Amino acid sequence: MSATTSTRPGRLSRPGSPARAGLRSAPRPDRKKKSRHVYNLVGLVALVVMAFPVYWLVVSALRPNHEIRSYDQTLWPSSITFDNFKRAIDQPNFGTAIQSSLIICVTAVVGAMLLSTIAAFAIGRFHFTGRKAFMITLLVIQLLPPTAMLIPIYIQLNGLGALNEYWGVIVIYLVSALPFATWMIRGFVINIPKELEESAMVDGCSRMGAFWRVIFPLLAPGLAAASIFSLINAWNEYLLAYVVLQDNDKYTLNVWLMNFTTSRGVDYGALMAASTLIALPVVVFFMLVQKKMASGLTSGAVKG
Amino acid sequence: MKAFAPPVSVPPQPAHRDTPPAAARRAPRKRAGAYLPYALIAPTVVAIAAVFVWPLVKTVIMSFQDVGRRELWTGQAAEWVGFEQFTNILGDGEFWDVVWRTVLFMVACVVTTMGVGLLLAQAMQRMSTWIRLALTAALVAAWAMPLLVATSIFRWFADSDYGVVNMVLTKYLGLDFRGHNWWLDSKQGFLIIAAVVIWGAIPFVTITLYAALTQVPRELEEAAALDGAGALGVFRYVTWPVIKPVFQMVATLSVIWDFNVFGQVFLMRGNEPEPEYSLLGIYSFEKAFESNSFSQGAAIALITVLLLSGVAVYYLRQLLKIGEVE
Repeated sequence: MSATTSTRPGRLSRPGSPARAGLRSAPRPDRKKKSRHVYNLVGLVALVVMAFPVYWLVVSALRPNHEIRSYDQTLWPSSITFDNFKRAIDQPNFGTAIQSSLIICVTAVVGAMLLSTIAAFAIGRFHFTGRKAFMITLLVIQLLPPTAMLIPIYIQLNGLGALNEYWGVIVIYLVSALPFATWMIRGFVINIPKELEESAMVDGCSRMGAFWRVIFPLLAPGLAAASIFSLINAWNEYLLAYVVLQDNDKYTLNVWLMNFTTSRGVDYGALMAASTLIALPVVVFFMLVQKKMASGLTSGAVKG
Repeated sequence: MKAFAPPVSVPPQPAHRDTPPAAARRAPRKRAGAYLPYALIAPTVVAIAAVFVWPLVKTVIMSFQDVGRRELWTGQAAEWVGFEQFTNILGDGEFWDVVWRTVLFMVACVVTTMGVGLLLAQAMQRMSTWIRLALTAALVAAWAMPLLVATSIFRWFADSDYGVVNMVLTKYLGLDFRGHNWWLDSKQGFLIIAAVVIWGAIPFVTITLYAALTQVPRELEEAAALDGAGALGVFRYVTWPVIKPVFQMVATLSVIWDFNVFGQVFLMRGNEPEPEYSLLGIYSFEKAFESNSFSQGAAIALITVLLLSGVAVYYLRQLLKIGEVE
């Protein structure tokens, strides 16, 4: 079920059957056309409103600084410059921030995929007591407000000596990714025919052998999607990293970016350039998995 | 997008859900493998217990104690104070101001988001294909913007000297907004904050509702129209019953997310929001990390969780009803 690329024409463009066109209550073609224009207008207005902030981000990042610090903001930049990007990158600790973000996010996502794959296999393939409770727990946990968990987690990490350490943040990101990743991968597990596994077991594989040799390779698309989701969430997280990491050279990209907004008199050109750099990988990855995200909620639900 | 909560809490569903999985029909095999599933979920269970369940328990414990800076750094046992934290909080007029502000803000954001989302989704069905594709691309791009980046952009919009909002209002609408500071009056400030929250939430709502709308049988709508139902009638009796479960679920998630808005306020106000910008999350955070009263913060967080638990239960019931958890 594709939410985005469906080429299905709008309902009013559908050629009505000739028999119906003559009926009194069927809308006449010219009225159809007029309402189509109204909807197109709504669509265009929404398009501008939704796209403008993104446009303004990129344009502000590419604009010369004298245009940023000018009362008359113009829609188009007079010239394009990469000065803002240069200033952003020259901010202290940009390199270490990239490094921190990569280390933390990649480790957390790899760990989360390992744990959630085997858990997803369990709830996708076995029927055991407590399975439903486990699944409901996974859902409930995602509803907990992250800020409510922050205080006890901070105190716990403090007690374990994990403040200002990567591993403290990694563990929290890893576990935070588990509920959603497990649910998502489970959806792929139950789509793989059980017979594949059974025939492998007939041929002499153990249960787990069949899983690793037969199921796991088939899960690749699901793992890719789940890891991208987890990666985006970890990449975007800022609050825990802000509270836990204290040294400048341990800051993740988001904390690094936060620091530069708080200074008096914000350098918006550089801020927009840095934001563009941070958002770019997210947007690219997001485009890859967006369709799964949109259809996920509805495909099960619509059956009512 | 929210930091911890995934944008959609429900993963893709398989195509063949109509038939129960084979194992459900068969009697469970009682063999050596009976403990295998428990072994498989054990690491996840332990991890979740350590990072979610234990902190939740800890929140409850802490809110009956008095944990301050001293207890945190020396590891000294905290003093038990019974319900003192709660009586202090509930007796504090500021707390109730914060609660009402949070509820008002949440309701305004959810109603706007759901209303605009539903209208847009309906319009998307009827607009030209190229406009719909362009709009979808814009929605996805907006959806993908990290919260931190989106907040920076809107902060830049509302800048008092060079912000594009003041410029447009002054130059094109003839109002005097030159150098206007949007943050002095928290009502105006919350307009900007609500704008970034709603802008960030509309893509998910619209795309999800649009996907639900494509499930409405076209024949039914046509039949209803032929029988003389107006546009509203078709929506009320044909479209709405089909999209209702999805709409309810999205609305419930929106309530939870907008009630917990934190980052947009926190980042807009340069990591130190003024008291009149406190929402519940901010209030709890500031009590804990600014005033170093971790117990007060924990108690407020606990109250937040309790306030939301009703909504969460409703969401779960919806999920169970449509057979999401099988």
